Amino acid sequence: MGVEGIGARVTRKEDKRFLTGKGRYTDDMSVPGMKHACFVRSPYAHARIRGMDTTAAREMPGVIGILDGRQLQADGIGNLICGWMIHSKDGSPMKMGAWRPLAYETVRYVGDAVAIVVADTYAEARDAAEAVTVDYEELPAVTEAVSALQAEAPQIHPEAPGNLIFDWQIGDPEATDRAIASAAHVTEIKIHNNRLSPNPMEPRSTLGIYDAAEEHYTCYTTSQNPHVARLVMSAFYNVAPENKLRVIAPDVGGGFGSKIYIYPEEIVCLWASKKTGVPVKWTSDRTEAFLTDAHGRDHVSTVKMGFDADHRIVGLKVDTIANLGAYMSLFSSAVPTYLYATLLSGQYAIPAIHANVRTVYTNTVPVDAYRGAGRPEATYLLERTMETAARELGLSPAELRRKNFIRSFPYQTPVIMNYDAGDYEASLSAAMQAADWDGFPARKAEAAERGKKRGIGMSCYIEACGIAPSAAVGSLGAGVGLWESAEVRVNAVGTIEVLTGSHSHGQGHETTFAQLVAERLGVPIDSVNIVHGDTDKVQMGMGTYGSRSGAVGMSAVVKALDKVEAKAKKIAAHMMEADENDIVIENGELKVAGTDKTVPWFQVALSAYTAHNLPAGMEPGLKETAFYDPANFTFPAGCYIAEVEVDPETGKTQIVQFVAADDFGNIINPMIVEGQVHGGLAQGIGQALLEEVRYDPESGQLLTASYMDYAMPRADDLPSFDLSHQNTPCPSNPLGIKGCGEAGAIGSPPALINAITDAIGTNDLTMPATPMKVWLAMQANH
Amino acid sequence: MAKVTLTVNGRRVSEDCDDRMLLVHFIRDKLGLTGTHVGCDTTQCGTCVVHMDGRSVKSCSVLAVQAAGSDVTTIEGLAAQGDLHPVQAAFKEHHGLQCGFCTPGMVMTAVDMIHRHGGQLDEATVRHELEGNICRCTGYHNIVKAVLAANADMQAGREAAE
Repeated sequence: MGVEGIGARVTRKEDKRFLTGKGRYTDDMSVPGMKHACFVRSPYAHARIRGMDTTAAREMPGVIGILDGRQLQADGIGNLICGWMIHSKDGSPMKMGAWRPLAYETVRYVGDAVAIVVADTYAEARDAAEAVTVDYEELPAVTEAVSALQAEAPQIHPEAPGNLIFDWQIGDPEATDRAIASAAHVTEIKIHNNRLSPNPMEPRSTLGIYDAAEEHYTCYTTSQNPHVARLVMSAFYNVAPENKLRVIAPDVGGGFGSKIYIYPEEIVCLWASKKTGVPVKWTSDRTEAFLTDAHGRDHVSTVKMGFDADHRIVGLKVDTIANLGAYMSLFSSAVPTYLYATLLSGQYAIPAIHANVRTVYTNTVPVDAYRGAGRPEATYLLERTMETAARELGLSPAELRRKNFIRSFPYQTPVIMNYDAGDYEASLSAAMQAADWDGFPARKAEAAERGKKRGIGMSCYIEACGIAPSAAVGSLGAGVGLWESAEVRVNAVGTIEVLTGSHSHGQGHETTFAQLVAERLGVPIDSVNIVHGDTDKVQMGMGTYGSRSGAVGMSAVVKALDKVEAKAKKIAAHMMEADENDIVIENGELKVAGTDKTVPWFQVALSAYTAHNLPAGMEPGLKETAFYDPANFTFPAGCYIAEVEVDPETGKTQIVQFVAADDFGNIINPMIVEGQVHGGLAQGIGQALLEEVRYDPESGQLLTASYMDYAMPRADDLPSFDLSHQNTPCPSNPLGIKGCGEAGAIGSPPALINAITDAIGTNDLTMPATPMKVWLAMQANH
Repeated sequence: MAKVTLTVNGRRVSEDCDDRMLLVHFIRDKLGLTGTHVGCDTTQCGTCVVHMDGRSVKSCSVLAVQAAGSDVTTIEGLAAQGDLHPVQAAFKEHHGLQCGFCTPGMVMTAVDMIHRHGGQLDEATVRHELEGNICRCTGYHNIVKAVLAANADMQAGREAAE
């Protein structure tokens, strides 16, 4: 490893601009003639639109135009789609209702957009939006998935009778039923996975610019995957052909999944720019973000886990109802199916698994992937079940897990996944040692003397990252391939640009991708620039989500670097009159192995471009592209341990220790990996203790639409974290990387809840474990 | 509409603005200093923190007209161009930022916190003082480390100067 190569803890190249206020986020963009948009949104969860009157609003100061959904449809702009087809177990395709970018017949959640107002300033646009009169006929609403399946529930989409989108299953139902019927012990538990709002600190924003002379559109937007946005807006929404649409995702202030999807606002602002003849910018305020950014989680499940007399798991049966909100967002169907139920084997050898999943429309904002996406739901379900089982069986939580760990690889689960590598015992042991598990009884006794209830809980998680082998996901219904592309451009002076389809919105790609080049070529990272986020610059890309940028995005860079190196070696061999097979690249030089003959990197680059003396038949230039399609998913795994103290008077939980022991495969930059874990842990702890999206079940009004009502984790809610790694290299990609972006959010919620329930002596507790809930659980347990 | 004159990052500026314009929008839209951000609409997130007459304020809760005559420092004016203030340097060194969106507000809050506490900061105090600044990326772990490290550096600098 060089000082800046793979494994080096180098500080980030991108930091200076963020620290000095020079980051360029979408709302920072300003172009000549730019005007501002405000959307008119439904105040009702469910209503028929009888009419709209914009007369008074049009007379307001600064107003340039007010446009509605009928005009949008007349111009041929298409409805929003879900890009992953799921079939119900009866073979019928999922029942997708129409999602219009601007609703004009029916609104289906509070915040559903019905018109756009464009004005000179945002304040004027907002004033005018308030003056638009919409005649709504309010309809009954339903916000909870279980209620939406009841016979008397309001019908949300005509295409989906009973609000059921699909009724899907995975695994062997008969074998699982037989296994559970024959089990010596069956643990049964009900699980609620609370609904969350992703809340990247940068609200969504978009700037649509139509150039009439070129019939060309430019879209600045807060996206995790600008190429996917361009593809979908061209192929499905009919905004413009791909060659007439440039999508730029500049600095993006966090995403956590919520900026994967193409939302109505991007489409409408591009179209409105053409209609009004001015560039149109819209930036969400935080209330709009709560109302309209895709939410995450919101599962209700029942679980049965059977054990034999030797405490080995014989079968797992899961029934899940997932709330998908009012419309099917871009990847919403994949989250509670292939990103969830395929991980239900966890770290355990379970011979029979069956999961049934029903997805449901409700009058709430669409639900889609949020950090972890399905895998936190699977992990929470499994690890709460394991903890409950250990308590029922009178075993220590570690003993029950150890008894059931998968210990040889590759391991084929009964639910599609083929785990390629791992060492679950290593993470469990490391976490228990770091947490001083054996010393817990003494600490508990000491806390009891102070009047506090102390508890300890663990969680052993696994996730599937490196998303994803294209043919495999295609066979499961994905509408796209999930490869990645890269281009390595060596300039004539030897400096390098790496163009990647991955997108950095906090992950530090400008540093880690440069470290990969430094490792390979021995050049300083300052001579390497990473280019991303612009469809005019980067050839193609699938973007960043599912902890895929290292495992998939960097693997594409490796492939392109292989080609660049091969050509550079040929040129160097020609220059030094040596055999290309004898050339090695070290410390920024190309050398003839075993001799003192060298040629500096920049000279090879220069030779490639002067082309005065290249090997016969060689094209000038030194620039290569590659596409990488992963061979398998990757399987990060680990063990987290939380230790808490509960105040019996108030029910308040204090985290006194949090230990994370992870296996991420090979690591490019430990500093950045640790930062990813810290952030994931904070979001998982937020889910466990603080956060929950709540709708009023009668009116469908969002009750948690601001930071006054939705409890974001603050600095004094969290402890410092104790991290370690027990890495087994991933055999499925050239760098041995598994991915680290989501682990913290996946593994931490069950560790926390297991710790609190240990402290208060009951299994009956739902997230978020607010002081009120914990206090009530303690009273019920008396 | 009012004409508002104030000093921003050492430069006297004078702009016409709506009476209802917030200081944060004056800074961003009138002056083009886009390092100060807007992350919420309820004065909770702290991405808009600037210094006004030497104290940190949330510029989303100050009207531009209220700031008339005052001396405002934004993230762009914290250090000379090309340099980093010790707090900015500590955030880089300790990886106290990821997406960068909360960062300017965090840094401005941290500078004010360190000044107010005269070098007497511990982890619990830093965490308590950061209550008005929300970060979704870092889990605050490295932000707390960075603030404590900057505090120690600046304290050492003060002692060396004495």
